[in-house]
Amino acid sequence: MALDRETVARIAHLARIAIPEEELDGLTHELARILDWIDQLREVDTEDVEPMRRVMDITPHLRPDEVTDGDCREAILKNAPRRHDGYFVVPKVVE
Amino acid sequence: MSTRELTRLTLAEARRRLRAREFSARELVEAHLEAMARHRGLNAFITETPELALTMAAESDRRLAAGDARPLEGIPIAVKDLFCTREVRTTAASRILHNFVPPYESTVTRRLWEAGAVLLGKTNLDEFAMGSANVTSHFGPVVNPWTPPGEEPGRVPGGSSGGSAAAVAALLAPAATGTDTGGSIRQPAAFCGIVGLKPTYGRCSRWGIIAFASSLDQAGPMARTVEDCALLLEQMAGYDPLDSTSADVAVEPWSARLDAGVKGLRIGLPREYRVDGMPAEIERLWAEGAAWLRAQGAEVVEISLPHTAYALPTYYIVAPAEASSNLARYDGMRFGLRVEGRDLTETYMRTRGEGFGREVRRRILIGTYALSAGYYDAYYLKAQKVRRRIADDFREAFTRVDAILTPAAPTAAFRIGEKMDDPVAMYLNDVFTVPASLAGLPAVAVPTGLDGEGLPLALQVIGRPWDETTVLRVARALEEAADFRALPPRIAEELA
Repeated sequence: MALDRETVARIAHLARIAIPEEELDGLTHELARILDWIDQLREVDTEDVEPMRRVMDITPHLRPDEVTDGDCREAILKNAPRRHDGYFVVPKVVE
Repeated sequence: MSTRELTRLTLAEARRRLRAREFSARELVEAHLEAMARHRGLNAFITETPELALTMAAESDRRLAAGDARPLEGIPIAVKDLFCTREVRTTAASRILHNFVPPYESTVTRRLWEAGAVLLGKTNLDEFAMGSANVTSHFGPVVNPWTPPGEEPGRVPGGSSGGSAAAVAALLAPAATGTDTGGSIRQPAAFCGIVGLKPTYGRCSRWGIIAFASSLDQAGPMARTVEDCALLLEQMAGYDPLDSTSADVAVEPWSARLDAGVKGLRIGLPREYRVDGMPAEIERLWAEGAAWLRAQGAEVVEISLPHTAYALPTYYIVAPAEASSNLARYDGMRFGLRVEGRDLTETYMRTRGEGFGREVRRRILIGTYALSAGYYDAYYLKAQKVRRRIADDFREAFTRVDAILTPAAPTAAFRIGEKMDDPVAMYLNDVFTVPASLAGLPAVAVPTGLDGEGLPLALQVIGRPWDETTVLRVARALEEAADFRALPPRIAEELA
């Protein structure tokens, strides 16, 4: 599958990663090379094969639906890049 | 005992002699802190924690004096900087987390501290554990202590747990924790001449370990002997309600079962692991390993794992897809780096563009592409189907054999800077480790010899799900036959 510069710019935007204009060609070339190499998977016959969605066949435990933590606002906010009066400060999202 | 001799002890020996009060936990910890300070040039640690280590050692000495020692009382260990440690900076070797101080402790490290172990510091790694050479760290590459004297800039320690492997090999710590997603414990263990075990997926809780690829990530021990790995695993493993993929399977006394021998075991050699261009030295090492096991009474047979060649490309869809989802949380809002832009979207894009390094960006983009509308079936679903085929190959093989023996890595440690311009060449390092990761199987790397340049080479033993017992037994048999006691030249010189 050919990967072009526009597609790379589009997925970079989907992933919310700014890529400097001058790096876009090199990156397109690298990703295209990786995807070309991955394309050998097409050779494998996977007709009627169930996709592997979990690794080990274990049944997860259920637990009682009880609150087990809380009262830790300071711990949660401690690493905030910006905070004010017990809240995270984020860029304005509503006009 | 001199401080240099203290750093030479295995975990098992140190444990016995601490209990016999031949030296104190404080003396043992100080000897390792001194060694760490002497070898900062290796760049094995991102954060050293000497004050905390001495506080923990004091508590251990109190308990040892009171006859109240816990299983790892007073044993200093290094922890990969991917495990969240409460009040100790945890970076994942990324700029985006360069200032992150977790308010909580990972389950695996919590268990280790509850068992009496002492934290020496947080070890360097590839950024977000993405790499096979420890060259993608925001904090710079780690130097393999086995680097031939005079060579600049040195050999890679492997990755992603390169700092942990280098620290253990250079006698800066008797043992360390690592994590393994596609080989990140086993390949650096092989490059640094130590033992590294990836347990069965679900054996150790992933809670509090910074996620890379959730269906593959697994914590495990790295140490200088098989016994030390077993002792460490006994404390790291166990069911954890905080991780829904953690298995409620009994923790076994692995360290007590190592010497059961391999008599009567059937060992498989997969013919597909004889890859093109494999150095003759590794071919020879593999044959030698098989001969040792045969000599000890095992039956060695050739087996086939037909989909082996497809494991790496499968991995490079599954792991980046999961990573692109897991790393979506780094948005600069609640913790970590924030680079302000004109609006919310630009802030996200600048934060992630400047916060992630090249390899991490590359993998997030591959994963985003594989999961995006129109490509999901062709890439992600296809990869999950091939993954099933790879797991089925192993299931079939294990109806005929009890364990599988392979080389651990296709080469010895290469030079820092090599394979940097070709991501696929770098990915090929994990050709022997990735298949067991995809199948969730336990596997261990054991050093068994040196190549012509004096660099360590290792074999890998893969076992059935939850059968760490057999994996470790076979590893112990190889260890005994190989009698690998070599130290990195620069470290041996120091001890002389």
